[in-house]
Amino acid sequence: MTRRERTAWGFVTPALLAIGLFFALPTFAALLLSLTDFDIYALADIRNLRFVGLDNYVSLVGRPLFWTAMGNTMWFVVFGVPLMVAASLAAAMLLNARMLRWKALWRLAFFAPFVTTLVATAVVWRYLLHTRYGLINYALGQLGIEPIDWLGDPDAALPAILIFVVWKTFGYNMIIFLAALQTVPEELHEAARIDGAGWWGRFRHVTLPAIAPVVLLVSILSVAGLFQLFAEPYVMTQGGPAQSTVTVLYFMYEEGFKWWNLGAASAVAVILFILIFIVTLVQLGLARRRNAI
Amino acid sequence: MRIAGRRIRPGAVLLNVGAALVALLVLAPLLWMVTVSLMSAGEAAQFPPPILPAVPTFEHYRALFVDYGVGRYLINSAALATLATLLALLFTLPAGYAFAKLRFRGRERTFQALVGALVIPGQIGMLPLFLMLKYMGLVNSYAGALVPWLAGIFGVFLVRQYALSVPDEMLEAARIDGASEWQIFTRLVLPTLQPVIVTLALFVFLGSWNDFLWPLIILSDQDLYTLPVALAALSREHVQDNELMMAGSVITTLPVLIVFLALQRYYLSGLMAGSVKG
Repeated sequence: MTRRERTAWGFVTPALLAIGLFFALPTFAALLLSLTDFDIYALADIRNLRFVGLDNYVSLVGRPLFWTAMGNTMWFVVFGVPLMVAASLAAAMLLNARMLRWKALWRLAFFAPFVTTLVATAVVWRYLLHTRYGLINYALGQLGIEPIDWLGDPDAALPAILIFVVWKTFGYNMIIFLAALQTVPEELHEAARIDGAGWWGRFRHVTLPAIAPVVLLVSILSVAGLFQLFAEPYVMTQGGPAQSTVTVLYFMYEEGFKWWNLGAASAVAVILFILIFIVTLVQLGLARRRNAI
Repeated sequence: MRIAGRRIRPGAVLLNVGAALVALLVLAPLLWMVTVSLMSAGEAAQFPPPILPAVPTFEHYRALFVDYGVGRYLINSAALATLATLLALLFTLPAGYAFAKLRFRGRERTFQALVGALVIPGQIGMLPLFLMLKYMGLVNSYAGALVPWLAGIFGVFLVRQYALSVPDEMLEAARIDGASEWQIFTRLVLPTLQPVIVTLALFVFLGSWNDFLWPLIILSDQDLYTLPVALAALSREHVQDNELMMAGSVITTLPVLIVFLALQRYYLSGLMAGSVKG
């Protein structure tokens, strides 16, 4: 190794050591931990630890709450991704309109929820969604809609949390879309207009094809985000009512840090990772078949 | 219609009014949080919901600081976010620069492995990391809360993307003049990296301030709680005290909103660099 190479390694080694020790090692260890019965007894005395093979996975499959958590998380992904893409793309297109003034101001307003503290805004939304005194039911009442027991009704709680999540995060994806929209050449829009294409036609045949890779990027980012919902149910519903808002990560947290079943909780973490991986691959596959990328 | 010599089209007016309405709708929860926090106890539990306080009062802010020790959590959050930022910069900047500009064997392969690891969520390794820190005696300490911020792969990636634009001629000229690599890095490179340093510092500071799951797991002693952890605990006990909880939410989220507003240019440019080019 030359002297220059040694110096270069000196620059990267602290970061690589930290990443190896505090990220890579724990990630691999999760796989090993999921094959053991690590619980409160092993926490007290490591000699109680046993290797149990795939037992944790087998018993998870037999637990109804695990499937509830999986179902809820998949619900968030299935409904959340299209909603997230639609909301953030609509906001970006509004901001990109040529006739709009004070763009920086509106962009700032739309982006503000993203930088706020999740726990604080979840507390605020729990109150906004209050059945009797909340602003949302009041506004719906003005439109003649009966009050909805948002966080107390098992059928309404998931949509309520999803609305909050979209409000909190659409600004981030909007910025990504905005950057992409600005790269669509104005001449293409002009040409389509001359050919008699209306607003929808130009959106379908000019804008969408040009930003297709970014739509893919945003949906992949949204999937990863929606698979990791935790603070929202923790603060707003504590997983209720009737466990209707327990997410996979919430389930993992309770299993690991409430009941100290660290082996079983690690199995949940591994399954979560595999799920994110598979869904992302499916998205990439779909995109490739449609020649989006 | 003509104003100040310019024709204003009705479509343009509609568009601008629409944007203003959407902005109001988006900001409404935050504005309402502030107004309710200034209402006296119980005032918000009315129908129809009041928009503005009858007589603004700071009693809930006073109560939070005097009776609930929120000042302590505020200091904890500020100290942790500051330390996380400094540590992240210390570990990330040299590495990001080296991956962009210094030549060494295995550079490309190592960097590709890091980029691949970006897709792995941190929560996967959270349980083993907790156990590791437990055996190291770092559970329930600031050190334990700070550990994940040392392993910032995204930071390395962000700095590297920016450092690619540093001209090689400048570095070569300094080498010919006999400067050491470390001197080149601290005196020549760091000043040119200034915008990305601000961006990264902002990301880490806000990320650490807003973080919830990890501090919730690792900090069990109430004196060490950060604001979000304390607020979540408080909100479970005081479900009915809307005005108090809104004041707590304002205290928790206002500092980061102010920091973001002051430095938003760096934040948004970093976001674009991190997502679109990547």
